[in-house]
Amino acid sequence: MFQEAVCAIFLIVGSTFIFIAGLGMLRMPDLFMRMSASTKASTLGVGFLLTALAFKFTQLDIVSRAVAVIVFVILTAPVAAHMIGRAAYIAGVPLWYRSVIDELCGQYDRCDHRLGSIDIRTQDDERAEGDA
Amino acid sequence: MSLIEISVHFSTAMLSLTVVFAFIRLVRGPSLPDRVIALDLMTTVGIGIIAVYAISTDKPVFLDVAVILALVSFLGTIAFAYYLQKVTDIADLKGD
Repeated sequence: MFQEAVCAIFLIVGSTFIFIAGLGMLRMPDLFMRMSASTKASTLGVGFLLTALAFKFTQLDIVSRAVAVIVFVILTAPVAAHMIGRAAYIAGVPLWYRSVIDELCGQYDRCDHRLGSIDIRTQDDERAEGDA
Repeated sequence: MSLIEISVHFSTAMLSLTVVFAFIRLVRGPSLPDRVIALDLMTTVGIGIIAVYAISTDKPVFLDVAVILALVSFLGTIAFAYYLQKVTDIADLKGD
């Protein structure tokens, strides 16, 4: 009875998180926000669903396999999202028109796409510092 | 109707709605990366659907399918990212 209750709670919580991920995927205004919403919430939701499965079947082999899938998803989902986001940023996918700041602007090398902390101050900034 | 049956019905409905949302984004998505992340969300939801199905049919064998799906979806997303980068590089070369 206790196992059933815990399994049901984890099922409901996990599917709600995945539903939130889908809602973010549909409603968010630009690619990077959509990616942020869908990756984080869906990873957590799948983790909850597999935990529910581990509580339902309490044999050792099933539980260890469920834990292996959870660890694998938690390790790989951020890597995949980072690679897609990096490729999309370099390809020039636009930010939302009401975005306030783009911290990454000018930090990627235009030829070999390497990330570096280049000094991107303009000449006006240097002149202002010279005056002060 | 037991507690687990009710929650399985609830989560099946939620997961199906999420697949529909991701599919709308797949059709509408203004850029190629939008479509790629919609597909990525659909495969992640697929892992969840397999887990719910294994609970509802009482057959834990389906967990092996979830393992394979997790591996393949990661490789697919990485391949798409690599392809996107190559397309950008070629477009840059042509632009210059």
